[in-house]
Amino acid sequence: MRIGIASGKGGTGKTTVATNLARVAAREEKRVVYLDCDVEEPNGQIFLEPEVKWRRPVTVPVPEVDEELCDLCGQCGDICGFSAIVPIGKKVLIFPQLCHSCGGCRLVCPLDAIAEIPREVATLTAGEVDGVEYFQGLLKIGEAMSPPVIRALKAVAPQAELVIVDAPPGTSCPVVEAVRGCDKVLLVTEPTPFGLHDLELALDTIGCLGIPCEVVINRAGLNGEATRELCRSRTVEIAAELPDRRSIAEAYSRGEMAVDVDPDFRDRFVALLHRIEDQP
Amino acid sequence: MKQIVIISGKGGTGKTSLVASFAALAGTSVLADCDVDAADLHLVVKPSPVSSHEFIGGKVAVIDGERCTDCGTCTDLCRFDAIAGESEERAVDSIACEGCGVCAWFCPGQAIDLVDAVEGEWYLSKTRFGPMVHARLNPAGENSGKLVSLLRAEARSIADTRKIDTVLIDGSPGIGCPVIASITGADLVLVVTEPTLSGLHDFERVIGLTRHFAIPSMVVVNKYDINEANTRRVEELATRLGTGVAGRVRFDPAVTEAQVEGAPLVEHSSNGAASDVVDVWKRVRWTLSEGGFVT
Amino acid sequence: MIEEKGSYVMKIAVSSTGPSLDAHMDERFGRCPCFVVASAGESDFEPVDNPCATQGHGAGIQAARLVAEHGVSVVLTGRCGPKASDTLAAAGVLVVTGYGGTVREALEKYNAENASS
Repeated sequence: MRIGIASGKGGTGKTTVATNLARVAAREEKRVVYLDCDVEEPNGQIFLEPEVKWRRPVTVPVPEVDEELCDLCGQCGDICGFSAIVPIGKKVLIFPQLCHSCGGCRLVCPLDAIAEIPREVATLTAGEVDGVEYFQGLLKIGEAMSPPVIRALKAVAPQAELVIVDAPPGTSCPVVEAVRGCDKVLLVTEPTPFGLHDLELALDTIGCLGIPCEVVINRAGLNGEATRELCRSRTVEIAAELPDRRSIAEAYSRGEMAVDVDPDFRDRFVALLHRIEDQP
Repeated sequence: MKQIVIISGKGGTGKTSLVASFAALAGTSVLADCDVDAADLHLVVKPSPVSSHEFIGGKVAVIDGERCTDCGTCTDLCRFDAIAGESEERAVDSIACEGCGVCAWFCPGQAIDLVDAVEGEWYLSKTRFGPMVHARLNPAGENSGKLVSLLRAEARSIADTRKIDTVLIDGSPGIGCPVIASITGADLVLVVTEPTLSGLHDFERVIGLTRHFAIPSMVVVNKYDINEANTRRVEELATRLGTGVAGRVRFDPAVTEAQVEGAPLVEHSSNGAASDVVDVWKRVRWTLSEGGFVT
Repeated sequence: MIEEKGSYVMKIAVSSTGPSLDAHMDERFGRCPCFVVASAGESDFEPVDNPCATQGHGAGIQAARLVAEHGVSVVLTGRCGPKASDTLAAAGVLVVTGYGGTVREALEKYNAENASS
């Protein structure tokens, strides 16, 4: 079972849900893989504290022109949809940050003067803690594109009984890349007007991808009714509600796991785990 | 004309609520909601529409079934696994397609067209606080960075034309393309963070980004009383990195109450977190006018 | 005066809001609707449409290619991004920023500052 934990709005509790779910599953002796696909700002390591096994760079291919062979025909500039390779004057300029690694320039060059060379954009880290196999992608600061890093991260992750994908916030291409291939998505929300509005956007996005989803209401309190009503109207089930407790917020601020400090939270996460597992 | 961008690194720290209050305190300003994935500012500043425009993010490939000979060249060449299926079912997955044009260029039967990809809509509106530009990206939309750049350019142009001094930009979480597009060329970045280990970690990375682009920055710690020790850690780190400290805002249920009411916090109440926000704005304004911090 | 060196005539491109010498300049190099290219004296000019104006990222780079293809040696504009600057430099085109006013005023200012003795 591959489960994605996403949200529209940031800060609703994706990492809280993903890491605590991983912890309770590992304690039940299941083989659990946790993927931190929020490669711009990963936080899973703060709570899980894995022992690092290896680190590897993520590279993307970008063009390199052999100036001896190049005759400045300009076709590479014509095929490039991103202005990343620009024949101009007596040279061919390359803007690697604009390159999408489509390979078009190399294919089109009639003189085979273009090679693709690796450019480092991120680091992958693998670790392990208390039965959870942990994987993280970390985008280099200044790099713009997350999806290639998320793809690389997904490629190194092994199969397991339970693979938990901790997705980035939002509704655009990084989230789509992270949850693509998941059997199910849990959308984590908070019962505020912003949370509600962004939940609708997230439901539209996951709906577009055709992946079944359920909702987890975090910091649920007296304001939850509007959220429950939205779920009813979209025939989306609520998989769990996590109460709003200052003690949990304080524990989170210290990097502690909710299931370790609050027995009621532990019970709720165990129930959520069994609910996920029992569904077809 | 000064452009202030409010970003956070970590999501959910309170950027949008703060921007709404700044809009109320700033007199007239141009508002730009650049959190195009999950735009919320309009829920508080209540814009009335002036115009709406299609956003064409890039290109998308479309196979013409009549001209397709099912040779499979496109599927083989596509680096993004966007073309699958066989014979009349061979089609481009528009969500996976990057619009690179390789398939269209090399199709032996010239059966693939590269067409404009409408990825969303952007809007010019007016609010009580000034003109506003905002957008809605389609579900699973791409090229959010390009949409942000477009909104920034429109906001600048409106500020120039109407001689408005201040542009307030509500940014998005993270450090990737849309955030980079939000901050380049800004006069000041204000990072809103929270006193948690996650917030501290993400704050450090986002300041790495502002320093990379040499943009002056300040930080405000929201809900600081959840953990005062971490609040001090954020402020000490900020000072070490050359980021100004704009202040602290306490946890206050009035923040959600104001959101439910659909009003900026500083209009909803005047004590508690609202008075903290007023102090933060004063420091931000002073920094902008005095030329303040340079990283 | 714009110099004539034998058969070589120096061309100057000004980023503009419209196709005439009296049009107001457009400060932005990559996204201006057109360039006014002047050569061999101000009265002789050619408006060049800029199709890159509505492009996304890369508008500046493609605009740089465009002016280079027209044999321009100098660009007068308000501001120009770093990638567009790099592209112009690779083509041997000088870009001068900080210009404003009408196209005619920009050309007169450039001539006055670069008059040969």
